[in-house]
Amino acid sequence: MFGDYQNVVTMSVYGSSIALILIGLYGVLIKKHLMKIVIGLSVVDSGVNLMFVAVGYIKGGTAPIFSPSVIDSKPLMVDPVPQALVLTAIVIGFAVTAVALSLVIRLFKHHNTARIDQIKSLKW
Amino acid sequence: MKKYLAIFLLLIVGFYLIQAFNLVPFGANRVGNIDDESTVGAYYLKNTVPKTSVANVVTAIVVNYRGFDTLGEVTVLFLATTGLGSILFRKRKHGEEEERVLKESSQLVKIGSRLLFPFIALLGIYVFIHGHLTPGGGFQGGAIIATGFLLMLVAYKNYKLGHGALTWIESLAGITFAGIGIWGLITGGTFLENNAFPGLGNVNDLISGGVIPIIYIAVGFKVAAELTGVLDILLSIKPNKN
Amino acid sequence: MIFYVVIFSILALLLVASGLYAIIQKDLLYAVISTGVISLILSVMFYLLQAPDVALTEAAIGVALTTVIFVITIRNTTRFEDENDNNKVK
Repeated sequence: MFGDYQNVVTMSVYGSSIALILIGLYGVLIKKHLMKIVIGLSVVDSGVNLMFVAVGYIKGGTAPIFSPSVIDSKPLMVDPVPQALVLTAIVIGFAVTAVALSLVIRLFKHHNTARIDQIKSLKW
Repeated sequence: MKKYLAIFLLLIVGFYLIQAFNLVPFGANRVGNIDDESTVGAYYLKNTVPKTSVANVVTAIVVNYRGFDTLGEVTVLFLATTGLGSILFRKRKHGEEEERVLKESSQLVKIGSRLLFPFIALLGIYVFIHGHLTPGGGFQGGAIIATGFLLMLVAYKNYKLGHGALTWIESLAGITFAGIGIWGLITGGTFLENNAFPGLGNVNDLISGGVIPIIYIAVGFKVAAELTGVLDILLSIKPNKN
Repeated sequence: MIFYVVIFSILALLLVASGLYAIIQKDLLYAVISTGVISLILSVMFYLLQAPDVALTEAAIGVALTTVIFVITIRNTTRFEDENDNNKVK
């Protein structure tokens, strides 16, 4: 489908998903502010979702929805399983982010700071 | 120093990720011949229309083939809402009115959001009623409706959200989902048996696909109620005054 | 199909750029808006990869709701990553 430019498309889709995963992990490992850590987790989430959908893509395939005109002709369709998994993962990702942010708010109210290098006491 | 260590680790992770991606060429046909049913994707693509008469294969997988998974997912959302409420729980003084801590918006925002809200709700309902025919479904429609409620919550400082009604909608939708599953067991099939009561109907009709549209409508109401609950809890926190 | 090649490469560059911006930026409000931009580009990319269901979910949940709960959290905590910067604005 993409002719000579197959490599460019492969690089851009796979490359951006790998880059998002690595950037997010860097944020989680290095940053000291709790909000930055949650942002990093959310970026990793996006990268993994993109990776799943890209793996399920088939060149020249259509979306896995049967309209009346194509129901008998059985056209080439992309893999529906990764799409269903990613659908679940996005909603769960929202729930995880919401709970993480509520913990951030709670920690901030208690310690009056959101930087993990300044939260020293183990006991609340 | 720590930074360089992290970058070194990330380079290792990235190297192996690239090695792994080299084994999966982009766009190659990994489903195989649909008639062979050699992969699970081919099985779903071949059998969804004859067995469930649902046009959207992703909906059939999410609600029916992996319906138990979706039941668990909805439970996770419910637990997230409950956990959010208990983490951010704040003792109210006696007689203290519950209010959202926002500034009053201008008249333009108020009128505009009141004008837009019915249309957003209509779009959400359309998306989850047609979940088995077109892209979309309960999760998407519920999120769109929650966006409409968000608009109202931001625009009106004292917008009353019936907490009783939210809880009722959520519980009824959850009971509908689980009840349909158990109904399949009662009538002699499996949990979440598809052709339990309304019958399959013709493909691409609005009323078709057995219990799939009913479950997706229930999921839509449940997701809308839960996400609105999350937004309401987060918007009524009192910020620190320092 | 040169059109798709150009679109894919532009979207990939934008994705990586906004990801880097979200992590590097010290002002958390800008970083959060940048994660919203990531979700928006990602939903276009899902659509081009023939996944309209996922694109709709990402557009509704990732762009709108996640960004909003991040912004609400910033309102309840601090806006800047460095504690010293917080005193400048107020």
